[in-house]
Amino acid sequence: MKAAVRTRYAIGALVGVFALGAGVVLAQVTTMAPALPAPAPTASAQVARGHYLVDAGDCASCHTKAGGQPYAGGRAIPTPFGVIYSVNITPDKDTGIGAWTEQDFYRAMHEGISKDGSHLYPAFPYPWFTKVSRADVDAIRAYLATLKPVNQDDTPNKLPWPLSWRGAMFGWNTLYFDKGEYQADAGKSAQWNRGAYLVLGLGHCGACHTPINMLGGSKTSQPFHGGNAGSHWYAPGLGSNLRDGVGGWSVAEIVEYLKTGANAKSASAGPMSEVVMNSTQYLTEADLTAIAVYLKDRPDAPSKSPPDTDALGADALARGQALYIDNCTACHMPDGRGVAKVFPPLTGSSAIQADDPGTVIHVVLAGARMAAPASKPTGLAMPGFGWKMDDHQIADVVNYIRHAWGNRAPLVDADTVGEVRKDIEPSDRPSRDKVTRHPDAPVRQGSD
Amino acid sequence: MATRLKPVDVVLVGFGWTASIMAQQLTDAGMQVLALERGKFRDTVPDFATTQIQDELRYAVRDGLFQEPARDTLTFRNSMDQTALPMRHLGSFLPGVGVGGAGVHWNGQTWRFLPEDFVIRSHTEQRYGKSFIPPDMTIQDWGITYAELEPHYDAFDYLCGVSGQAGNIQGQLQIGGNPFEGPRQRGYPLAPLKRSHATVLFDKAARSVGFQPFPCAAANTSAAYTNPLGVQMGPCTYCGYCEWFGCGNYSKASPQTTILPVLLKKPNFSYRAGADVTRINLDSSGKHATGVTYVDEQGRVFEQPAALVICCAFAQHNALLLLLSKIGQPYDPKTNTGVVGRNYAYQITSSVDVFLDELMNPFMGAGALGQAIDEFNGDNFDHGPEGFVGGGYIALWSTGGRPILQHQLPEGTPKWGAGWKKAMADNYLKSASIATHGSVMSYRDSYLDLDPTYRDIYGDPLLRLTFDFHPNEHKMSGFLTDKAALIAQAMKPRSFHAKPRTGHYSIIPYQTTHNTGGCAMGADPKTSVVNKYLQCWDVPNVFVMGSSVFPQNAGYNPTGTVAALTYWAAAAIRDKYLKNPGPLVQV
Repeated sequence: MKAAVRTRYAIGALVGVFALGAGVVLAQVTTMAPALPAPAPTASAQVARGHYLVDAGDCASCHTKAGGQPYAGGRAIPTPFGVIYSVNITPDKDTGIGAWTEQDFYRAMHEGISKDGSHLYPAFPYPWFTKVSRADVDAIRAYLATLKPVNQDDTPNKLPWPLSWRGAMFGWNTLYFDKGEYQADAGKSAQWNRGAYLVLGLGHCGACHTPINMLGGSKTSQPFHGGNAGSHWYAPGLGSNLRDGVGGWSVAEIVEYLKTGANAKSASAGPMSEVVMNSTQYLTEADLTAIAVYLKDRPDAPSKSPPDTDALGADALARGQALYIDNCTACHMPDGRGVAKVFPPLTGSSAIQADDPGTVIHVVLAGARMAAPASKPTGLAMPGFGWKMDDHQIADVVNYIRHAWGNRAPLVDADTVGEVRKDIEPSDRPSRDKVTRHPDAPVRQGSD
Repeated sequence: MATRLKPVDVVLVGFGWTASIMAQQLTDAGMQVLALERGKFRDTVPDFATTQIQDELRYAVRDGLFQEPARDTLTFRNSMDQTALPMRHLGSFLPGVGVGGAGVHWNGQTWRFLPEDFVIRSHTEQRYGKSFIPPDMTIQDWGITYAELEPHYDAFDYLCGVSGQAGNIQGQLQIGGNPFEGPRQRGYPLAPLKRSHATVLFDKAARSVGFQPFPCAAANTSAAYTNPLGVQMGPCTYCGYCEWFGCGNYSKASPQTTILPVLLKKPNFSYRAGADVTRINLDSSGKHATGVTYVDEQGRVFEQPAALVICCAFAQHNALLLLLSKIGQPYDPKTNTGVVGRNYAYQITSSVDVFLDELMNPFMGAGALGQAIDEFNGDNFDHGPEGFVGGGYIALWSTGGRPILQHQLPEGTPKWGAGWKKAMADNYLKSASIATHGSVMSYRDSYLDLDPTYRDIYGDPLLRLTFDFHPNEHKMSGFLTDKAALIAQAMKPRSFHAKPRTGHYSIIPYQTTHNTGGCAMGADPKTSVVNKYLQCWDVPNVFVMGSSVFPQNAGYNPTGTVAALTYWAAAAIRDKYLKNPGPLVQV
């Protein structure tokens, strides 16, 4: 599973703003607040709230490496320019954030500046976390202070100079960072504002679901128009558009999806399965409803004219259909409607019809597994077909499902499939070994 | 020396159906449970994925999912005066290996035994007289009643999303169901599967000769289903690759598709794959188990201490483990004393192939898609004039139309060449087969013991199986085959071909994986290994699951009863044993 964060923008941005940021000397203004005492029993409500907010922020996903201690960091986040490693946020005094003051922590969340005054890379999503209120940030810190300290040194990022020079972020921030806590819109309901606060702040949904510019900054003119979640996972638009958005989803369906990873319209895959498992499944019904109400009220993305189906041609359509019938119908059914509440439909799906075919190609090559929260524990999975279909065949079947049953999307060619294939690990055919026991395993010794 | 590991509350030997059910129940009761599985972890995706699992050569012909005789086998002989030889290829039965066990490659044919099956000796003696049972037939009552098991049968039906038509709900007969079944508390969770054309013809023919056919209960989902644990299943696609295959559509009930998504998330459950249990360890008294010893994939030896040891391996393997661990007195057929290995039984099958003029399209099938009659099972008919004990069902199964192994050809067809090809082309789509599935009683000379000659890779003796069909079974199976031929004739075929089971039992051709006995349950420690709660008489903190506890075999597929007994034993452990560890039955 790849990181559920978008990170490449940070490095891309550095290249662009290096000249701009060069020579700027950062003022080291560190407020020396007293260290936060260990939370007293009376702080338990604040700690519980902090725990909830840490879940809402999906902190665990990035700050835990596979097989590692929770929140001890070390997860590699690959980018086209190098690898950034998440840091240890357990309260260990030497290697974690145990020595950080409340103010240090707030400054990191609010301004993207570390305890030592250096700039953080926006792989840490401070452009969104800046919107979080001081009280909530303090609660998050209070909860993190209760975690078991893990003594684990941070892994140095693998970034070439000058990208490794954090001062460059000053220039980037000037261009793309809009500091400031969330300001309620008096014209909207409290519920709408709560949803906006979560989506724009801790939820940092836009980190993936908003497109980025050449320098890696969010295209603020196109909020939630769909973006890239890394490793060719396309994060669909969240506006009210029907073809690429959640316009066709009811509030209840959005809530169900975030709570369980699936609804009648779609099912999670890749990074979104991770978001559901580590974050949204733990949110209250009220907060999920607020998020849904806010998303449903977002202005629509300008509707793009659907691509021309004729461009696909009858031969390609027939090839794709034959592959679809042989490989896909057992679950997704001949009409593409899937099986209600079990196997997701392919008709009318925003992920299927997105201009960016990354998610579809990724899933066909490598398979996908739905989130498996306690409320929907199965974790239904789709096998990958990368081991049995070549790039032309995958392009054919992807074009078929993007054009059948009224779906419309731009065409995909074999080269595009090949681009995805070289960046991910297509699934293998299951091994023939029934046991992996060594055939010359010695006769049991001394166990009687 | 064995590495001693951290103790657990419960260690399960094997990780198939019974271990999964037991683990789910005992972790709910708060116990720390560990399952040790000799094979690998397997899951629907990627191991059984659609479009790769439907590979007959790899999985059915080359035994893709079964135990490998090169690693693990037994020796066999028909009678005590022969020398048993090791099985070097699987044949008559196909134990599984890996997480899910044989619960991965079963068909999903989900039956309940009849109320009379559980009291077969007392019932037979009462109805037909003591002399009706041959002297060497060692059948016995189970020490449990159908009524006691009913809630547990029900639990399994709903766990699996069984598709079927009830025949008897709380004593009220239901139109279209099996009128002979014991009363069930409620109907099946899902409607019956869609019928194949062959089963429709069978149904019509059986009715025309006065029988009451019904759709067989199938742990293949006729619709999408969410079980009581919240686990989701997809509807069966009738791909025809259930038997000997895993299901890629989440449609056939298996531990993977019903329990594991919940069980594997529990903090008080864990499993180890590649852990081959070789001993149950006892303390110096020999009356208390301290845990198990296992060998991992690298050949390293571990001692896993546990307060409770539950044998959840395949039938014969449980008996072997008890014999090697010196738990219970080994059975000696000469003196007719001892219990472990006693009352091994099998089943006796036959078939009638039917060749018709209509298209049967056999490739559309499901493992448990069938229509059956139960008039001649258990004691559903008067055995007096027939002079045998036992019975079986007669069914037309549409499990699939796999090209290599699932086809019927008329008598006299050449075995190869142009004549064979023509017969295949003419008959593949236009034939079906009616099966009889008969009980086998237990006998003094059918048993399991340790082989005196052959040893496994650890240097331990192989298990030796001594078994043959007896005249009672041949007579019963012949009777069933005649009834099946009656139905075949009523299907108005071009021709039909009855294939009765004759002669000695052969372990070479596949017949059924329904091996039973060796650790028989009962009310008397002199004739049983475990009491009615499946608890060892001799070592009360060892329990034995699976069909190894059946005192004799019935005329039904065993999985429903195996599962019900597991739920029943789990309830006894939870509600009785944990409160007061020790023997649950005093004698």
